[in-house]
Amino acid sequence: MLSYIGRRLIQLVPVLLGMVFIVFMMIRAIPGSPAQIILGQQATPEAIAAMNAKLGLDQPWFTQFFKYLAGILQGDLGESMRTRLPVADEIWPHLAATIELAFFAIIIAIIIGINAGIISAWFQNSWFDYIAMVLALVGVSMPIFWLGLLGQWVFAIEFSWLPTTGREQVRDPVHAITNLYIIDTLLQGRFDQLWQVMRHLILPGIALATIPMAIIARMTRSSMLEVMRSDYIRTARAKGQKMFWVVYKHAFKNAVIPILTVIGLQMGMLLGGAILTETIFAWPGIGRYIYDAINFRDYPVIQSSILVIAFIFVMINLIVDLLYGLIDSRIKYD
Amino acid sequence: MSELTPKMDGNIEVKLEKTAGPWREAWRNFRKSKAAVAGMIIIIFFILLALFGPLIAKEGVNEQFAPDRFHPPSAEYWLGTDDFGRDILSRIIHGSRISLSVGFLSVIASVIVGSFLGIIAGYYGRWTDTIISRIFDIMLAFPSILLAIAIVSVLGPGLENALIAIAIINVPNFGRLIRSKVLSIKEDEYITAAKAIGMKDARILFSHILPNSMAPVIVQGTLAVATAILEAAALGFLGLGAEAPQPEWGKMLADSKAYLQSAPWTMIFPGLSIMLTVLGFNLMGDGLRDALDPKMKS
Amino acid sequence: MSKKRMWSVALILLLVLSTALAACGKGSSSSKEDTLVFGRGGDSKSLDPSRVTEGETFKVTVNLFETLLNFGEQDTSIQPGLAKEWNTDDGLTYTFKLREGVKFHDGTDFNADAVVANFERWANGDADKFPYYNSMFGGFKGDEGHVIESVTADGDYTVIIKLKRTQAPFLKNIAMSMFAIASPTAFEKGDDQFERNPVGTGPFEFVEWKPNDSITIKKFDGYWQKGLPKLNKIVFRSIPDNSARLNALIAGEIDLADGINPSDAEKIEGNADLQLIKRPSMNVGYLGLTVTRPPFDKKEVRQAMNHAIDKETIINSFFEGQANIAKNPMPPSISGYNDDIEPYEYNPQKAKELLAKAGYPDGFEMELWAMPVPRPYMPDGAKVAEVIQSNLADIGIKAKIVSYEWGTYLDKASKGEADAFMLGWTGDNGDADNFLYVLLDEDNIGSNNYTYFKNAKMHDLFIQAQTEVDENKRVELYKKAQEIIHEEAPWVPLAHSTPLLAATKDLKGFLPHPTGSDVLSNVEFK
Repeated sequence: MLSYIGRRLIQLVPVLLGMVFIVFMMIRAIPGSPAQIILGQQATPEAIAAMNAKLGLDQPWFTQFFKYLAGILQGDLGESMRTRLPVADEIWPHLAATIELAFFAIIIAIIIGINAGIISAWFQNSWFDYIAMVLALVGVSMPIFWLGLLGQWVFAIEFSWLPTTGREQVRDPVHAITNLYIIDTLLQGRFDQLWQVMRHLILPGIALATIPMAIIARMTRSSMLEVMRSDYIRTARAKGQKMFWVVYKHAFKNAVIPILTVIGLQMGMLLGGAILTETIFAWPGIGRYIYDAINFRDYPVIQSSILVIAFIFVMINLIVDLLYGLIDSRIKYD
Repeated sequence: MSELTPKMDGNIEVKLEKTAGPWREAWRNFRKSKAAVAGMIIIIFFILLALFGPLIAKEGVNEQFAPDRFHPPSAEYWLGTDDFGRDILSRIIHGSRISLSVGFLSVIASVIVGSFLGIIAGYYGRWTDTIISRIFDIMLAFPSILLAIAIVSVLGPGLENALIAIAIINVPNFGRLIRSKVLSIKEDEYITAAKAIGMKDARILFSHILPNSMAPVIVQGTLAVATAILEAAALGFLGLGAEAPQPEWGKMLADSKAYLQSAPWTMIFPGLSIMLTVLGFNLMGDGLRDALDPKMKS
Repeated sequence: MSKKRMWSVALILLLVLSTALAACGKGSSSSKEDTLVFGRGGDSKSLDPSRVTEGETFKVTVNLFETLLNFGEQDTSIQPGLAKEWNTDDGLTYTFKLREGVKFHDGTDFNADAVVANFERWANGDADKFPYYNSMFGGFKGDEGHVIESVTADGDYTVIIKLKRTQAPFLKNIAMSMFAIASPTAFEKGDDQFERNPVGTGPFEFVEWKPNDSITIKKFDGYWQKGLPKLNKIVFRSIPDNSARLNALIAGEIDLADGINPSDAEKIEGNADLQLIKRPSMNVGYLGLTVTRPPFDKKEVRQAMNHAIDKETIINSFFEGQANIAKNPMPPSISGYNDDIEPYEYNPQKAKELLAKAGYPDGFEMELWAMPVPRPYMPDGAKVAEVIQSNLADIGIKAKIVSYEWGTYLDKASKGEADAFMLGWTGDNGDADNFLYVLLDEDNIGSNNYTYFKNAKMHDLFIQAQTEVDENKRVELYKKAQEIIHEEAPWVPLAHSTPLLAATKDLKGFLPHPTGSDVLSNVEFK
């Protein structure tokens, strides 16, 4: 197992280097002169030279690339042109907001998706199966931003049940410790605030959860169907074991690998979907951070945020692969 | 299946047998799936809408008529009007052109580029394969919408740039697919045979490998059109794709945000159009997969 | 048996879902009494008022800082501020007697030296750093146009300001929120540091700034006016979307919302929990044409633009009639307004002829810059831009709508990079000089004159008007200037709007100021 992890980590090195390279080249791919675009047409030649030096465009690209890489390895993500603060300092609160939202969404997606899939497989061709699978099909095709708007319209505007924007009660802001507000409010014992934080999570969380939920439900169903046809399950049933235990324990255990793979893939996808959800719900996460940075042409922020998300994405995929191996071996010895 | 005779002239016969039969059978399978047929009908509907709709709904795409702002759906304006008094139905009809062309064009572009790279990687192997495969790995290491946003932020917003970005992010999917196909076919008897009788690389590629990769490419392509339409709409929604006054569905949705309460129809119909088209391509893609390539079934 | 089981499973799921939703339905409870959440359209650019000319900054800083003189509660009359008395004999030497016992939030004493230090800081800057000082006082130390000769302390609580020449609106200028007195100890730490950590003498002190999200300020316990402020805390929250902001108000997430869509006015008046507040109008929204960028260097093209744009539709659609059509660069309420100007009527045919005369019979391509944030003078920049785009298409001009983040937008426009840009202005002191000279004179190119328009005759009129003490003569000078502006047409003036706000019913003591910057020390919930 250890040597497998080691091998996987070594394999990752060229991919990570390539990612850094692509992100590094972004600014050089801008048509025209980036410094000019940032500073404007009437910038003085001195200002442009200074900006070029700041962006590292005054040096050959390979020199600059290694400098950039060295900086990143030391945790230097550049400096925001908008706030003139290090991106590394600014990024965490945004990233934390996104992580909280994404976790909330994936948990909803897993709980509802897996159960819906199991029940659908259990009662194959029942009305529940049909409705669930039609909903799942629609869910897969759902533009997340439309779903967000629909949710806002129905739950926040027409019925005023849920807050429309933000992640906390503005008049009673959460005192940030970790910036993961669920944890922060728990640490401070502020259950009233925790309740508010949860309320703010619901709409964006469900919007973000829909697509992975649909995919997980479909995958669970097809994987379960295959397992339930196997002799092993038939035997268990013939032995007169309770159907509930047969389904949820024996069958599910054997169907779990493809489901896990899909969940892992979807967790990565959530990071992409978060950008859209965050714009609709004014969620102060990394997606909105990037969105604002694009409007400001704040390239260091765009570059570093993309790099950080991609890094997390790769890591999630790695963890999923490793878990896969782990569960696989256990099943073999079971 | 591969009762290949080493005679040259037997080649054509074999090919016919290999293609015509399975295609017809696939169609029979496809027809059996209600969902797939429903998907196909939806797609045909939107294609017809894109082709002929603008001829009928000539007026009112970008024409503003202030006195009729925020007309709810009625006999005169079937889907209502927007904040400029523009007819939403005709904007959706014209918008179908934009969405479908972005979907098809970007996927065609990614198929061409992806196939080219995939074939080179698979057929020539060695370091070419290593380099190309690594590039694919790296590109797939980014969440796709994020990569699209990055590309557009570099190229600048606009529909053309959105199309380019979407085409680029889909390249590695097709590249990988073709590469694996090429690898599996390469060792087939009839390719070895063709090589043995001295067929040129190019000819082998075009007469054997490409036709044999058609089925999965069609399946993957149909599904990719769905995501491409979704991604184009997402970019339009973020203000990075289509620009005013283009009647692009995602952009229309973004414009409706301010009127959720007073004029929800400005939000409902563009979103519904996106959802339906994407659903159509997803259904048809699933159906095609089951029909053409049962092995791909997940 | 399995059918039955399925039903129970479905039932449980349904129960779980419905309880979850029902739980969500419960209203939000919070400690409302002493915290005001003020929802507005955009974030501040800076919290150092002297650094910018932009309203969202002043909205906050007017509560953090104070000026030597104040405006009236809802007008631009001159009232005592940090100076309790002032006088001048010749209009050249002004003596200000300062209030005693006032402290800055950081504990520094407010006195004559502090005032001198602030003026020294501005006078030694440049147009890039202190653009508004440049506009109002004609430059900086050493510049020929610089109005201020010297600022000196006479004892601890007397300040003497000497001018090189008379300046008619001088006292009004001094009362503007950008010339607020800041703590010298704080700004000496560096300008960049100071604009993120402002320290003044105002009723509230700075707590936190989350960019693009919120700015929090809290009650300053050492405030010199006893019993004020009544609130404990104010949160300025940016919600760019007008309707999202209103929804937040309805949902109780905010208490006071700036920038209400005129179309929502009826709904607010019909809501028993809300009140609609009208701000006295003192603004202009316009489309600026950068005269240094062809083809807008041609007068005919600029006039054609004026004829091409259908202002009435714009106002009816996106101001819902809560505005008047503009024909001059300043609103009629300001003395010196020239009502004899014959407006350019909406006439695409005439516009086309003018274009042909200028050598563009088939139109041209241009960039049309649309404001990314709603402003009091322009509730929805992007939408108005789309109307203009369609108007221009009618006369053959192909306009591409471009937008940037608000700070960038202003920066780039001030550098003259836009072909045509939408912008507006809310008067900061109620004087004609604060509209015409500030927005259109050559002295203000690079700061507030975004069009780069220059006219020697007009410049002379402005300078003359600044030193002219006779009110009637001043009015004549400004009227003449407006004729030149009308003929040269560097702008398409669009509208003078009545900005709308909405608040919860129990909010009391809020008096909207025509300048758009509201002192909130008297606000409370009852």
